[in-house]
Amino acid sequence: MTRPTPETLAHRANPATVAAAANPAPAVVAPVPTTGAGALVRSLEALGVEVAFGIPGGTILPAYDPLFDSKVRHILVRHEQGAGHAATGYAQATGKVGVCIATSGPGATNLVTAIADAYMDSVPIVAITGQVSRPAIGTDAFQEADIQGITLPITKHNFLVQTPEELPRVLAEAFHLAATGRPGPVLVDIPKDVQQAQTTFSWPPVLDLPGYRPTLHPHGKQIREAARLIAGARRPVLYVGGGVLKAGATDGLRKLAETTGIPVVTTLMALGAFPDSHPQHLGMPGMHGTVPAVYALQKSDLLITLGARFDDRVTGQLASFAPDAKVVHADIDPAEIGKNRHADVPIVGDARHVIDELIAAVSASAEGAGQYEAWWATLNELRERYPLGYEEPTDGSLAPQYVIERIGELVGPDAIYCAGVGQHQMWASQFIKYEKPGTWLNSGGAGTMGYAVPAAMGAKVGRPDTAVWAIDGDGCFQMTNQELATCALEGIPVKIAVINNGNLGMVRQWQTLFYEGRYSNTELGTHKHRIPDFVKLAEALGCVGLRCESKADVDKIIKQAMEINDAPVVIDFTVGKDAMVWPMVAAGTSNDEIMFARDVRPEFEEDDL
Amino acid sequence: MNKHTLSVLVENKPSVLARVSGLFSRRGFNIDSLAVGETENPDVSRITIVVNADSSPLEQVTKQLNKLVNVLKIVELDPQQSVQRELLLVKVRADRAQRSQVLETVELFRARVIDVAPDTLTIEATGNPDKLDALLRDLEPYGIKEMVQSGLVAIGRGSRSITTGPALRAA
Repeated sequence: MTRPTPETLAHRANPATVAAAANPAPAVVAPVPTTGAGALVRSLEALGVEVAFGIPGGTILPAYDPLFDSKVRHILVRHEQGAGHAATGYAQATGKVGVCIATSGPGATNLVTAIADAYMDSVPIVAITGQVSRPAIGTDAFQEADIQGITLPITKHNFLVQTPEELPRVLAEAFHLAATGRPGPVLVDIPKDVQQAQTTFSWPPVLDLPGYRPTLHPHGKQIREAARLIAGARRPVLYVGGGVLKAGATDGLRKLAETTGIPVVTTLMALGAFPDSHPQHLGMPGMHGTVPAVYALQKSDLLITLGARFDDRVTGQLASFAPDAKVVHADIDPAEIGKNRHADVPIVGDARHVIDELIAAVSASAEGAGQYEAWWATLNELRERYPLGYEEPTDGSLAPQYVIERIGELVGPDAIYCAGVGQHQMWASQFIKYEKPGTWLNSGGAGTMGYAVPAAMGAKVGRPDTAVWAIDGDGCFQMTNQELATCALEGIPVKIAVINNGNLGMVRQWQTLFYEGRYSNTELGTHKHRIPDFVKLAEALGCVGLRCESKADVDKIIKQAMEINDAPVVIDFTVGKDAMVWPMVAAGTSNDEIMFARDVRPEFEEDDL
Repeated sequence: MNKHTLSVLVENKPSVLARVSGLFSRRGFNIDSLAVGETENPDVSRITIVVNADSSPLEQVTKQLNKLVNVLKIVELDPQQSVQRELLLVKVRADRAQRSQVLETVELFRARVIDVAPDTLTIEATGNPDKLDALLRDLEPYGIKEMVQSGLVAIGRGSRSITTGPALRAA
């Protein structure tokens, strides 16, 4: 699909490459006359692009003319932010590069949130924007915005195309940069007169990226040093991040875990990288992680960090994070290593290669596997004492956790779950069991409310035979639900479960805990006034609207939604507003201060260690 | 805080300087001085950056710079193993009574007079930052009317060159 040349394809076999192998290699095209716009569309075709999400406008109009006849499917969205998140959802669900298109000025700036989101979560997308004609650049022309300047800090790289001749090369470079190394968004800004100018198109172009050389293979000495530390550790933890999913290294991870017997934690971005049902899985660490996962990191003497980046939501107060741990830190991005936490053994490389070589080194090590029985005894006891759970609301309202848990149970581990940002996201990470890679999509780094609906749309387009459920909040849903019109018209039957608690729930939770219950501007009126009425809104957008207000109806309504496959379905789950996400490490505090529930601090027996 | 001199070889393309300087402000690193110009290879520019940083943030600076797609190579120049120069142009008050004393200072620092007016002398000096600071200190009492200083440029001593090597052949 989206890899430019065979030699760049050779880099890695992640899901993207698997998909790429299924497609024939791009044909060689001898120079043919065309316009810049023609060269753009032909390049997208040659790169194997199946679908692009976008909205036309003045400066990108020339490109939309050849696109009209192209085999690239264009999905007309309702807002450019939707195009960006849809490209992200598509990329996360398929491993291929997602593509979004917008016009200059406001069209381009509407992409900014989605680009920043993809940057924070290292998602390979290419954003193509129209720009005012070259002579008008810098004159504050109509619908002009310096989108290259605006997106400098939130793209892996970006281009302002200067001539029509360079279009095939720039696009091939953009896709190559987006998909390889540490993936990320790349923006290509194309002035209108460049699109209109006559040129010749030929394929494949020669990439000219002399400064771009991602390191894929780890250094053998570092791998051996890591294996030595593993053999000597008493309380090791495999701290697994999203990089493992992106590298397609989940089989290797399982083998490494089972070979060594080391406990595993998977971050929010890595859910599905290791089966939730696996006995060695302690769950998710971090602000709303499980007690055993948080404790394991905190008390560890060796963190084997794979494709994770010591984010503040995982470490809590950095100075007191995992104070006794030595750190093996493997990442494809050297700048992540030692950024927040000193690495005793830095390993730069693709997680798949790193894990494969670690397995070999551990197996070959004369010292053999370490002895972790005491460690497991402690962790198992914590698992028993502090399982994930929730209290039934006492006011008779529906528990949001129950709704989410039932969706996970009934829809099953083969579906894709796509969350917005807030309480519902955390409950979806806790109460749905993820068994397979690529089944959990969310906005982890940026925390973009409004991500879920368009990302679910993109995921469903990429994997039409897979059930795609968005778990959204009533606040998030109101930010991007316009894309349901796109879904209805384009035949994209996603399911949207709106966990409607009538409030900006996570903010309200913080107000409850840290602002003496002063609920400043968190009441949305979706309960009190039923504005909007999500069922009517769904119907107005061409979807089926369902409502569920009692525990007794939850299963029935989920099953009803599962049976509808010719239209998108929105379910308004009207849930209680006082439910809170637990466990919790309050922002800026130490992981040692984790609260299992309100006013309940776990008791750790230090003597065990 | 320590000063470090980084020589950054970059592709000679539009927006590269903005990428480099933007990265510094975005990541909260301090630039003391920055100078940029073409190299013997017209496709390659060389940016000399003096950063004020402790060694650990400096490693972050280097790694983040390396992530920029247009950055080809980064070398930290050891002050002992390199020649470091700044250019200073300074307009000093020098009437007839003071002129010979100012000229004496110019001579002492091996600087040059590049413009003369009835009441001022404009002086050009190159040197390492310490030397130029000393010159300015000596000129201060006469009255400095205006001055302009370039960023620092630096090059390693000896026959080795940082602009050769596999990274740059492609450029």
